[in-house]
Amino acid sequence: MVQVTSPPDEVVEGARPVTGASPAPAPDAAGLGRARATGFLVPALVLILVFLVVPAAWTIYLGVTNYRLTGLAAAHPEVVGLDNYTQALGDERFRTSLLLTLQFVLGSAVIGQAGLGFAIAFALRDRRGPLRRVVEGFVLLSWILPSSVVAFLWIALLDRDAGTLNALLGIPGTAWLLDHPMLSIIVFNTWRGTAFSMMLYAAALENVPRSHLETARLAGASTWQQLRDVVFPRIRGHVLTNLLLISLWTFNDFAPFLITAGGPEQRSEILPVYVYKVALSGGELGFGAAISFIMLLINLVIALVYLRMLGRRKEPA
Amino acid sequence: MTTDTAPVPTTEPTRPTVAVRHLLAQIGRYTFLCAILGFFALPLLWLATAPFDDTPTVTASLPRFTLDNFRALLDNPYALSSLLNSVYLAAGTAALVVTFAALAAYALSRVRVPGRDALLYGLLLLSSIVTGTATMVPLFELAFRLNLIDSRLGVILILSGGLLPAAIFILKDFMDSTPTSYEESARVFGASPLQIMRHIVVPLVRPGLATVGVWAVANVWGNFLVPFLLLRGPDKAPAAVIMYTLYTEGGQADLRLLSTFSLLYSLPVALMFVFVSSRYGFRFHGGIKR
Repeated sequence: MVQVTSPPDEVVEGARPVTGASPAPAPDAAGLGRARATGFLVPALVLILVFLVVPAAWTIYLGVTNYRLTGLAAAHPEVVGLDNYTQALGDERFRTSLLLTLQFVLGSAVIGQAGLGFAIAFALRDRRGPLRRVVEGFVLLSWILPSSVVAFLWIALLDRDAGTLNALLGIPGTAWLLDHPMLSIIVFNTWRGTAFSMMLYAAALENVPRSHLETARLAGASTWQQLRDVVFPRIRGHVLTNLLLISLWTFNDFAPFLITAGGPEQRSEILPVYVYKVALSGGELGFGAAISFIMLLINLVIALVYLRMLGRRKEPA
Repeated sequence: MTTDTAPVPTTEPTRPTVAVRHLLAQIGRYTFLCAILGFFALPLLWLATAPFDDTPTVTASLPRFTLDNFRALLDNPYALSSLLNSVYLAAGTAALVVTFAALAAYALSRVRVPGRDALLYGLLLLSSIVTGTATMVPLFELAFRLNLIDSRLGVILILSGGLLPAAIFILKDFMDSTPTSYEESARVFGASPLQIMRHIVVPLVRPGLATVGVWAVANVWGNFLVPFLLLRGPDKAPAAVIMYTLYTEGGQADLRLLSTFSLLYSLPVALMFVFVSSRYGFRFHGGIKR
């Protein structure tokens, strides 16, 4: 549910192991007591339970039924075991969709957003003043505008006959969204989400002592060598946290639906769009839930891999 | 970590080569920044020009200035009401999230609930893995069973459930860093916990509450999927959904309406962003992740 827009910076802390005792050593200063404390917790926990935990658990149940939106199976869904899963894994359309999603995450999140975000942050690292504000302003604007608006902005930009891009390049008639749908949504999502990485790396680069970069440069180290030997070792934690969050967000991003709706011929049908089409347009709720559950598992695997890498960093330190 | 880890590429770099390289690096950097500026500004051009152009096309071009296009907003039965719907959804969700998260964060900050940290991190991880897209089928099902299809309350509740874990997390940080001595003295004078909460804690953590509120509003304002799934008629649909229907339904899109509506719909978040960034500074501070 958490959208690409303005994620909380503190979420990033979530990747860190427990911070230990809070700076408030006196427990229960307000005389809250366990019972009242529980009372304070209940409203939030109920909402989280009903609208976050239950749907997650329900996915598992629905995934093993033949539940449909309409028809016979809507009234009396039957448990069909792992049929949905075997059907999904054997389905060409699902496998293609999974592959497209991986391309989408790799291309637009890991390479696009993280790479570009870092490059911008690095290029602006010791700049102050109008140039920095203007560049950051535009990058941030693309991040905060509502997704259905930016989707149309991109449709207009890439329009075959009158799009601004074709007019600029002098190649009217190039149908970007039809000929290169994946490339289009990858570039779109890079444009859309780079701001988060840029800001995170800008903060991270402030932890790199300027004197170290200066000495490295005077010793004749190239930019790449400076990055490899001075910068990256210091911001490794930031890089991993950044990659974790943007991979998850991109993996679950529904915005490409607004631009290509998965088409043409399912050539840009990433998993969120696939689930939507199968389950809610097509009415196969059970099958859709099985795909959803596979998506949840992949999310979990992504999270665990990154958290593990993050944990490993702690040990030698 | 110092220079000895950076192997010197050639033999001895002389001063001129360092200077030349520095110059080249500067040129490269500015070229790069200009390209970035172009890349990020290009799609936005249309939003700046088309609403004021008397014959808007999909191409961004210098407008022949007019404000007539805004009349198209009044002619469309759903344009303005959808913005009101968005306000309703955003305000409702933000109020719910801020209130519930503040209560929960306060309790978690002041009382040692067993398994507190595990609970908090577990929920945070869950909320980032369980997203609207991965659970759209059960969410739809759930809304159906609870009679929340085509109900704005349903949208508010579902969005709140997704935003709450991160909100609690943010607010607990704020609560942890406020001194407890005021609360102790208030308690000595016989204030009840809810009174303490309202008159002492809330004023102290107001920046935190504002952060969470703004963050929730921004999230809901742009959210397309949940209202798209749950709300049936255009009379309840928020701007995100109406915007989408404007360019997908009914043949030739009315570009006057589309451009002015886009601008009007984008303006509140853009203004909110400008306000927040000028007041609090919109950037991550060094403490994100050390």
